[in-house]
Amino acid sequence: MSEGIVVEGLWKRFGSFEAVCDVSFEAEDGKITALLGPSGSGKSTVLRMIAGLERPDRGRIWVGGEEQTGKTVQERRFGFVFQHYALFRHMTVRQNVAFALAVRKQPKPAQRARVDELLELVGLAPFAGRYPDQLSGGQRQRVALARALAPQPRLLLLDEPFGALDARVRQELRRWLDGLHRELGVTSLLVTHDQEEALELANEVVVMHRGRIEQIGTTDEIYNRPATPFVAGFVGSANVLHGRVSKGRMWIGDAAALAAAGIGEGRRVRAYVRPHDVDLSAAAEDPAGDGALSAAVERVTDMGWTSKVLLRLPDGQSLVAQVPNERIDWVRDGARVVADLRKAKVFPTDGPDRVDGVDGTDGGGPPDAAADGPVLARV
Amino acid sequence: MSAPTLETERAPRPVDPGAALPARARSRAPWGRLGLRAVALLYLGVMVALPLAAVVAKGFGGGAASLREAFSELGARQALVLTIEMAAVVAVINAVFGTITAYVLTRYRFAGRRALATVVDIPFAIPTLVTGVMLVALYGPHSPIGGFLARHGVHVIFARLGILVALLFVTLPLVVRTVQPVMQELDLGEEEAAHVLGAGRWTTFRRVMLPHLRSGIVAGSLLAFARALGEFGAVVIVSGNILNKTLTAPVLIAQLITGFKPEAAAAIGTILFGLAFVLVLVVERLVGHREPAVPAS
Amino acid sequence: MSAREVSTPRLSAGARRRLVHAGLITTALAYVGLLVVAPLVGIAIAALKPGWSAWRAVFADPFARHAYLLTGIITLETVVVTAVLGVAVALVLARDRFHGRAIVSAFVDLPLAVSPVVVGLAAVLLFGTGGWFEAWFSARGVQVLYALPSMLLVTIFISIPFVIREVAPLLQELGTQEEEAARTLGASWPQTFFRVTLPNIRWGLLYGMALTTARALGEVGAVLIVSGTIAGQTETATLYILRAYDEGHDATMYIVALTLALVSIALLAGIEVFKRREEKELGT
Repeated sequence: MSEGIVVEGLWKRFGSFEAVCDVSFEAEDGKITALLGPSGSGKSTVLRMIAGLERPDRGRIWVGGEEQTGKTVQERRFGFVFQHYALFRHMTVRQNVAFALAVRKQPKPAQRARVDELLELVGLAPFAGRYPDQLSGGQRQRVALARALAPQPRLLLLDEPFGALDARVRQELRRWLDGLHRELGVTSLLVTHDQEEALELANEVVVMHRGRIEQIGTTDEIYNRPATPFVAGFVGSANVLHGRVSKGRMWIGDAAALAAAGIGEGRRVRAYVRPHDVDLSAAAEDPAGDGALSAAVERVTDMGWTSKVLLRLPDGQSLVAQVPNERIDWVRDGARVVADLRKAKVFPTDGPDRVDGVDGTDGGGPPDAAADGPVLARV
Repeated sequence: MSAPTLETERAPRPVDPGAALPARARSRAPWGRLGLRAVALLYLGVMVALPLAAVVAKGFGGGAASLREAFSELGARQALVLTIEMAAVVAVINAVFGTITAYVLTRYRFAGRRALATVVDIPFAIPTLVTGVMLVALYGPHSPIGGFLARHGVHVIFARLGILVALLFVTLPLVVRTVQPVMQELDLGEEEAAHVLGAGRWTTFRRVMLPHLRSGIVAGSLLAFARALGEFGAVVIVSGNILNKTLTAPVLIAQLITGFKPEAAAAIGTILFGLAFVLVLVVERLVGHREPAVPAS
Repeated sequence: MSAREVSTPRLSAGARRRLVHAGLITTALAYVGLLVVAPLVGIAIAALKPGWSAWRAVFADPFARHAYLLTGIITLETVVVTAVLGVAVALVLARDRFHGRAIVSAFVDLPLAVSPVVVGLAAVLLFGTGGWFEAWFSARGVQVLYALPSMLLVTIFISIPFVIREVAPLLQELGTQEEEAARTLGASWPQTFFRVTLPNIRWGLLYGMALTTARALGEVGAVLIVSGTIAGQTETATLYILRAYDEGHDATMYIVALTLALVSIALLAGIEVFKRREEKELGT
C-alpha cells in the first residue's frame, strides 16, 4: 500500500445534499496532489474528511499506511491551511506559530527555536510581534502555513490557500509555495478551483464535479487528454461545437468534420477544442479534409504576440482560434480560411454521459441555438 | 492510477450512512455537543420554563372561572386597562423619540455625541426602584420643581403622568438600541442616491430608510411595550398605587400575593405573561437573534 | 445678480440642512436630558442636602450594612451562574442546529419581557405552601422561600438574557474556523475553549456580566415577593430603600438610592470601556 494518502469509497451527505459520492484516489508520498473542481464539487469536504474535521458517512482513509478513519482530528496531526487563514486574532504571529507546540507542552526554549526557524523559512521574522490584522493577506497566509508546519506534520492539507488573495499575490505565493515544497518535501493535498494553480503546483490532479471524481491524472493528461466533457470544459478554455454522428464521423452542418469512432449512429455530440489548438490555413478548393472545416473570419483581435480570430462556420456556429501573429499575417476580416480541428475531443451530448451544458450555456439543444457567439467553456 | 473513472463506477449508489464506518468512529458520537445542548436546555428549562409553567398552571388551573374571578377582584380590570394603556402610550412615544435619537446618533457627528450615547444606556444600568426614587426627588411635592408644577395644576407623583415618565425612562434604550444597529448597517449609498435623485431629507427618510427600519422600530417598540407592562420597581413608588386610579397590574399582583391570594395573582400574572410571550415571539420573528436585545453600539 | 436670484425665495439648501440638523440634535438631547439627566441631578441634590451626618447615620445602621452585603452576595452568585451557563447556552444557540432552537432562543428573551412580579409569583407557587416542590425541600429542612435560595433563583431568572445575548452573536460572527484550526494543531477541547474561544469573546462576556451585575443589583419586584423582607435577614439594598420609603425616612431613601445609582453608573462606565475594546478588536 502507498505511503501517501489512500482514500477509498468516501461518501458524505449533508441533509439531502450528496456532497461526496464514492470518491477513491491515491496521492503519492512527498508530492503535491491537487483536488480540482468548481465550488460545490465536494473537494473541500473530501479534504475536511481526511483532516478529521468531517466524519464520512462511509469509506476509509489511510495515510502513510495507517488507517485514519476512526481517529480524531488531534490524533491525526495533519497540518491544515484554511482559505481564510483562520489565524488566532488575539495572538501575535509568534504565538500563532507556537500554538501547536504550546498545547503539546513542549519546553519553551524548544518552542522558541522552532518558531524562529519557521518564521525565517516563511520570511516573516521581523513580524513576529504583530497581530494578524496588522498583516497583509499574503503575509497572513504565510503565517497560517508556518503555523500548520510547526508540529512537523506528515501531511499538509491546503484548502483553497490562495482563494482570498488578489491575482498578483496569488501568483507570487504559488511560486513561493512551490519552492517551499521542494525544500521540505512534505506530502501535500491542495484543494483549488483554479486550474492554473492545480496545473502549476501539482504532480497529479484529481478533478471533481458534483461530488464525484471526473478524472485522475498528471497535469499533461488532464489538460491534453480530458476523459470527460466536464474536464475538457473546466480545465483550460475550450470552444464547444455541436453536431451529430453519422457514419462514424461528427457532422457539423453538412461537413463531416471529425472522427467520432465508438459513438452510436445519429447521436448528438459535442466537440471541445482549445483556441490555441485551432490551426488556420488559406482556403483550399476542397476544405473537407480530415478535421478541417471552411470558415469565415469575422473579426481579428490582436493580443500582442498572438491574435484571437473569431470564425463563423457554414452552419452558423462560431469558433475562436488563438494563433501566433506571424502565422496569420495574411488573415483579414471577412476572409475565408480552413480551420483545422483535429485536436478536438468529441463527446456524446445525451445518453449516460450527458453533461448539462458547461457553464449552463446549453442543454444539448439543436446546434444552431447556441450559434450567436462562440461558446467558450472557460476563458 | 491515472485511468479515468469508468462510467459504470459512477452510477449512483444508495447511501447507507454508517454502514462502512469502522466501529471506533461510530462510537465517537458527538457527546460534547449533546452534553452542551443538554446543559443549555436544562438550565433554561429549570430556570425559565418551569417557573412560568407554574404560573400558567395556577392561572388556568380553574379554567375560565378563575380568570373571571380574578377580574372580579377589586380594581383588577382597571389595573390591567391602565397598564396596557400606559404601555401603549410609552411604546408610541419612544418609537418616535427613540428613532430620532438613533438617527442623530448614527448620522450626525457633534460634540456630546458620545455622552448622548452613554446617557441613553443609563436606564439599563440604574435600578428601577432608584428610578422611582429619582422621580420622587425631582417631581415630589417637597422638591422645587414638583411644587412649581403642583401650583400650576400638574401632578406627576402619585398620578398617571408619573407612571408615564417612569416607564418612558425605563424603556428609553430599547427602541434606540434596536433601531441603531440596523441604521448603522444601512447603505449610505442608498440615501445618497436618493439625495442625488432630488429627494429631500424627509422624503429620503420616509421612502428609503424607513422601509429598512420598520421592523426594527416595531420590534423595539414591542419590547418597550412588554417591558412597560411588567414594570414594578419604577412604578411602585411613583404611582402611589391608588386603587382604580394609579394601581398598575404588576403592583396589584404584588399586593395580591402579600394578601395571600395567589390564584388571583396567578390569573393576572398569566395574562401579563401571555402578552409578554406573544410579544417576544413577534420580536424574535422581526429581528431574529442576530441583534441582541441589548446590543453593543 | 444671478447669485441673488438663486438664494432669495427660500433659505439656501445648506442653511436648511443645518437647521434640520440642529433641530434633530436638540430634540434628541432635550428628550434624553429631560428624561434621564434631570432625575439624576434631582436625586443627587436630594441626597446631598441632608448633609454628612445623615450619610454617616445610614452607613452606621446595621440593617443598611446587611442590606448592602446581601445585595452583593446575590449579585456575585448571579453573575457567576449566568456567565458560566450563559456561555454554554450561547454556544448551543450559535453552533448547534436542532429542532426547537427558535423556541429556546425565545425562552432566552422571555425574562426581558416577563414582569419580575410574575417571576416572584412563580417562586411562591413552586416553593410556597402547597407549592410543587415545597414538600420535597421542607422534608430536607431547606428553607427556600423567604430565604436566600429563592432570592437567588429569581435574580438569576431575570438576569439570564444578558450574557447570552452578548456572547451568542459574537460566537456566530467568530465562526468555527479558528476552533477547527486549533484542533488540527492538536488542541484538546478544553485547550481550544480556553485558548481560542474564550479570548475571542472575552469583551462581550465582560460586557454581559456588567449588565447582569447592574440588573441583579437593582432587582426589586421579584425579590420583594419571595424575600418576606425581614430586616437584617432577607432585606436587600433595594428592599431597604422601599422600607425607608414606606416609613417616611426620605433622607435615608435618597442616600441609599444614590449609592446604588452611582455603582450602576460606574458599571456603565466599565461597560463603555469593554465596548470600546471590543469595537477596537473587531476593527469596526
